[in-house]
Amino acid sequence: MKVYLDNAATTRMDPDVVSFIRPFFEDVFGNPASIHCYGREAMKHVEEARSNLANCINASENEIVFTSGGTESDNLAILGIARSLKHKGKHIITSKIEHPAVLEACKQLEKEGYNVTYLPVSRDGVVNVDRLNETIRKETILVSIMHVNNETGSIQPIEEIGKVCRDNDVLFHTDAVQSFGKLNIDVKRMNIDLLSASAHKFHGPKGIGMLYVRDGLYLHPIMYGGHHEMGLRPGTLNVPGILGMMKAAEIAYKELDKTHAHIKRLSKKVVDGILGSIPESYLNSPSPTDVDEGRDNRYTRWYPGVVNIRFSFIEGESLMLLLDKEGIACSTGSACASGSLEPSHVLLAMGLRPEQAHGSLRFSMSRFTSIDEIDYLLEKLPACVERLRKISPFKNAEALDRFIRKHHQRYKT
Amino acid sequence: MVGAGYNKKVLEHFLNPRNMGKMDDADGVGEAGNPVCGDIMFLYIKVDEKTDRITDIKFETMGCAAAIATSSVLTEMVKGKTIEEALRITFNDIVRELGGLPSIKLHCSNLAVDALKNAIDDYKKRSGYKKKI
Repeated sequence: MKVYLDNAATTRMDPDVVSFIRPFFEDVFGNPASIHCYGREAMKHVEEARSNLANCINASENEIVFTSGGTESDNLAILGIARSLKHKGKHIITSKIEHPAVLEACKQLEKEGYNVTYLPVSRDGVVNVDRLNETIRKETILVSIMHVNNETGSIQPIEEIGKVCRDNDVLFHTDAVQSFGKLNIDVKRMNIDLLSASAHKFHGPKGIGMLYVRDGLYLHPIMYGGHHEMGLRPGTLNVPGILGMMKAAEIAYKELDKTHAHIKRLSKKVVDGILGSIPESYLNSPSPTDVDEGRDNRYTRWYPGVVNIRFSFIEGESLMLLLDKEGIACSTGSACASGSLEPSHVLLAMGLRPEQAHGSLRFSMSRFTSIDEIDYLLEKLPACVERLRKISPFKNAEALDRFIRKHHQRYKT
Repeated sequence: MVGAGYNKKVLEHFLNPRNMGKMDDADGVGEAGNPVCGDIMFLYIKVDEKTDRITDIKFETMGCAAAIATSSVLTEMVKGKTIEEALRITFNDIVRELGGLPSIKLHCSNLAVDALKNAIDDYKKRSGYKKKI
């Protein structure tokens, strides 16, 4: 059986989206920037998509810019605002758990002479809003804090963050790549000035995303060329992509409640099943017992579609490969699988020790995930963990602690 | 199963590691690695005092597939060799024996060499070993 539990990485396209966009490859192929009838027809559909997508987040259609995806939207928001407001100030606040698209854009700004504060997070992976308030100063021009974290599913209090930013006259950008299409977002109520989203995270095509930019904000572009997207983002519009994103968003928001209930059910089965059957396994995501359940039966601090669990005494990439051999796809916070030597910066920021971060796996679900897939995971996982524990030199916490104490001086963290 | 750019031999050693386990009566134990990089190896050796040959070797590894595979193949390469011969094994030898490793995984083979050296040092210390003149 093949089981796909890596929906936080990317999602399968909804078949209805696939069939919906087909005409835009074959018939409505004009360049929307062309003034002839082929172009005008394509543009008509693009503008309908723009309007529909804006409605999803209570924005206006002139506030939506189409990009190639979440990474570009994050870059455009952060670099674009920072460079246009540098006469006003050069201080930016973000968090330690952001996606590399945000962190690297901030690092680039540091090279350009900006100051960036990376706010710490709690054990639950949540930013402290009072601390944010204290960190804002006269020179602060932008706060960028993600809505839902891609590794653990932790939800930031973005409505409170938005209010603090508005009260302090600082712009607020949120990377909503993991939340758009999954949670309700109202940019007006939440005081959001910029928002990034990416279609392939909610069953749309890859290579298309959007950036919401509140009316009246001026950004420097990060690409140069034609006059598309109000001069903010040159390049011929990806018409099939845009229409695919529109359709995917429409389905996602129409099915929002039903999907959330389904995912919550699956998520509970995963968490209870794993923690109940595998000793020395722990939930890294905010535990639902520790957080309030909102009136709409949603957890307020955790999006349950992203389940991050650590397994003591073993390493994540090897566990991921054993699961892969069984046909199960998931992801890991271990460095080994990421191309660097450092484990997940998100898990470390939440206070996990390096070996705990290295021993973590992420299972992420979608509305296409079935209960059978979860049953199969729960059937195969224990033997995989046991196999690696037999190979590991550490059979209990004391042995691991002894090793760490013995070699402590040699470690640089 | 493609396995993150690992070749068939690496996967074979990962899925069916050789000489895996603890040795309670080891003559030397070597530990290498650290939790920050995520791979930790323990090597256990039994040495014939008269011939200096490593007669038995076992490993335990907490780490990625490459770490487990390099430990496993190292034990095969070392068993039966003298201490001198074993100390001459380089990380390149290990990588070659495995038929190659993805470049980001090369450090795992360094780990195996370190663990072996530590095990041999431990044996020398315990046995009061003196280099034969």
